[in-house]
Amino acid sequence: MKKTTRATNLSRRKFIVSSAAAGGGLALGFKLPFVGSAQAATAAGTEVNAWVVVRPDSTCVVRIARSEMGQGTLTGLAQLVAEELECDWKKVATEHVFPGQNLARKRVWGDMATGGSRGIRGSQDYVRRGGAAARMMLMQAAAEQWKVPVGELTVADGVITHAASKRSTSYGRLAIAAANLTPPDPKSIKLKDPKDWKIAGKPMKRLDTADKLNGGKVYAIDLKLPGMLSAAVKACPVHGGKLVSFDEAKVAKMPGVRRAVKVNDGAVAVVADTWWRAKTALEALPIVWDEGANAAQSSATIAERLKEGLTADDAFADTKIGDALKVIAGAPKKVEAVYSTPFLSHATIERMNCTAVVTADKVEVWTATQSAEGSLAAACEEAGLPLAAGEVHKLDLGGGFGRRGGTQDYTRQAVAIAKQFPGVPVKLIWSREEDQAHDFYRPISQCKLSAGLDESGKLLGMHIRVSGQSINAWLNPGAIKEGKDVRQLQGLWKEPGDAQFGYTVPNLQIEYAMRNTHVPVGPWRGVNTNQNGVYLECFMEEVARAAGKDSLEFRRELMANHPKHLGVLNAAAEKGGWGKPLPAGVHRGIAQFMGYASYSAAVAEVSVSAEGKLKIHRMVLALNCGHAVNPDQIAAQVEGSVVYGLSAALYGECTVQNGRMVELNFHTYPLLRLAEMPKVETVIVPTQDFWGGVGEPTICVVTPAVLNAIFAATGKPVRSLPLKNVKLA
Amino acid sequence: MAKLNINGKIRDVQAEAGTPLLWVIREQVGLTGTKYGCGVAQCGACSVHINGEVRRSCSVLISDMKPGDRIVTIEGLSATGSHPVQRAWAALDVPQCGYCQSGQIMAAAALLGKNPQPSDADIDAAMTNICRCGTYQRIRAGVHMAAEMVKKA
Ligand code: FES
Ligand code: FES
Repeated sequence: MKKTTRATNLSRRKFIVSSAAAGGGLALGFKLPFVGSAQAATAAGTEVNAWVVVRPDSTCVVRIARSEMGQGTLTGLAQLVAEELECDWKKVATEHVFPGQNLARKRVWGDMATGGSRGIRGSQDYVRRGGAAARMMLMQAAAEQWKVPVGELTVADGVITHAASKRSTSYGRLAIAAANLTPPDPKSIKLKDPKDWKIAGKPMKRLDTADKLNGGKVYAIDLKLPGMLSAAVKACPVHGGKLVSFDEAKVAKMPGVRRAVKVNDGAVAVVADTWWRAKTALEALPIVWDEGANAAQSSATIAERLKEGLTADDAFADTKIGDALKVIAGAPKKVEAVYSTPFLSHATIERMNCTAVVTADKVEVWTATQSAEGSLAAACEEAGLPLAAGEVHKLDLGGGFGRRGGTQDYTRQAVAIAKQFPGVPVKLIWSREEDQAHDFYRPISQCKLSAGLDESGKLLGMHIRVSGQSINAWLNPGAIKEGKDVRQLQGLWKEPGDAQFGYTVPNLQIEYAMRNTHVPVGPWRGVNTNQNGVYLECFMEEVARAAGKDSLEFRRELMANHPKHLGVLNAAAEKGGWGKPLPAGVHRGIAQFMGYASYSAAVAEVSVSAEGKLKIHRMVLALNCGHAVNPDQIAAQVEGSVVYGLSAALYGECTVQNGRMVELNFHTYPLLRLAEMPKVETVIVPTQDFWGGVGEPTICVVTPAVLNAIFAATGKPVRSLPLKNVKLA
Repeated sequence: MAKLNINGKIRDVQAEAGTPLLWVIREQVGLTGTKYGCGVAQCGACSVHINGEVRRSCSVLISDMKPGDRIVTIEGLSATGSHPVQRAWAALDVPQCGYCQSGQIMAAAALLGKNPQPSDADIDAAMTNICRCGTYQRIRAGVHMAAEMVKKA
């Protein structure tokens, strides 16, 4: 089967912006297809296969389907493709693919969603095969040109050589011929042994740094289109409330204002020539809300509901080994504690935003999304158009952390507003206050734990009861089977491979009682491993101390059946100098936990002053993510996870009063700053026998390691977060 | 109508007196390297230099600008990305998402402008911008590296 040569669609965004700037008006970029003359192909590059485009100068453009939000996936995926492609790493470029085209091409690029730390582990196999297939086609093209068996050719850095005849040629010269060959059967391709990697597995520099240093990078919030209007939006501050009315006349004459418009049932937007004018008018706009019954909810009513769930009999047990309740009741020594963690917002520094153009038969959006296909679905549904009538221009995100996944509330809003201005691009930007008020928060929960020990301090049984809000109940009710939502027990699962409980306890019961609220919840970097990591690992510390044992030794004794959990714990303990002397006043804490198919452990060093002031000096984190595609970027993610985790531990809480969120900007929702950053040391211990995630796994050990070190310093456990509410002296 | 000196060019801008400099720079002048993060002088994403001082432009009103004030944005820090801070940031791969980094770089450049060899304590005091991705460890290393470059230059 012959394939037609296709010209690559390099940077359609640039095309649109520049053609518009050239006086062509707004070029709706619909269906700019992957077709073109051979001439165009020569100029722009030739698509050898879906993953690889080769330009005449042998630059290899690697197509990236997952979203880049700072986590480095773009560079890692390019490394994996380039490794198999055997191209010159110095001549690698990348481009995003479009969800509409993915759909049109029968999802040739697979899943575009970027969440759950799946960007690399979820696509490594087929992208490596893509790179290898392109290499095979390029070599085949050379063999046919020279009429020699392909087995006589060698390739390095994008140059193919036939040693016997002393001939060599480049990928750039072969691309068009290669693109016309029948691709090899992906299943027949033998991938390299990771031990032989030269590009993957190495600390390559990121490919996307340069324009982050000079202001040149265009984020979605920076987009400019000719004739574009800007919109500021406000939804009812009480979740679930409705818009009753607004008095447009009061703002109609304000500078730049075009209109105030209803945005579905629960929000209103002002559209103006600039965003600042839109926001200024929105603040002056009289709005009447129907806040509904949720206005009676508060942090106190929610805490009561969760507390009731700690002992209610509607919980289900996901793990039941032996008879934990009976064994604990009869044990000579008992430990019991109740922990709690609050709602948290994501607080990406780039605000939620989306630009949309809607006409009678098309909808086009430019957005920062972790789910490009989710954005396409949301845009088309909101516009009332079929999927084929939509397209999404994906721009790199100024932070994601789970906020910009499948829900795409801001993309929907942008389309709902732009629909009322047919053919005109409208850029919607949320204020920081709107973002803090309308997130999909990390779910609130409480946890009651009890343990029984024998006289010698041996653990006989443990009972864990989580009571709290369910993400699935809010976002994906279909995933809850017979009322049992195992997702909220992430990290406490009995099944190996993803987020397994890492201890062997002879009598063990782990339960979840679902207690939902009116506050929207969703995945937040690390998701439920955050709360469950604190609950289990801080309680383990309490139990180890009650048993009179060293925190590390006590854990080790329970981990013989979990060698990978134990492996990272040992690696962190060793690098962290567990048991070695410390400067006066400095104390250590340790924790391990599993999530996203990777194993994490941490050692923290802290001091607490006589006045109760906490300083976190140093953190050592060990991670086994199976294969380490870019060790330097893994270290960057680990460092970032410490900051994200500590912001939550020290300061993070979103409270509820009169049904609405209280902390609306960074003076009441503080985040960690540089002066508070501990020294972070990352130990990567990849066992190369599985593929684990990187962006999320380590966050779950950050807080428990610190809390356990505080326990060591003060002799008192911390059982409720954030620390700003806890007196340490 | 106001006249602003931004990156050495005089620009005529049309904005209401209460408009923050940030939004004039982004929406009227069209330089989008300066970012909006919080709007209340908390995060520093909007940091620019005014007469050599680092300022959070979301909280500087256009009406507060005096004729002759020199504004430098990230786009004007160096012609070719060759400021020591930019070079150090590239060498250490400091940015993750990059969104806060214009502000971080402007803050670091202002620090080095006043104090070419800052201590860790100086860096703690001067580098107060928020990075949600958590690049602080590399920012600190980057400031030290840039200081070394300045010393050798
Ligand atoms: S946007 Fe100016 S300090 Fe945050
Ligand atoms: S690099 Fe993303 S916020 Fe700093």
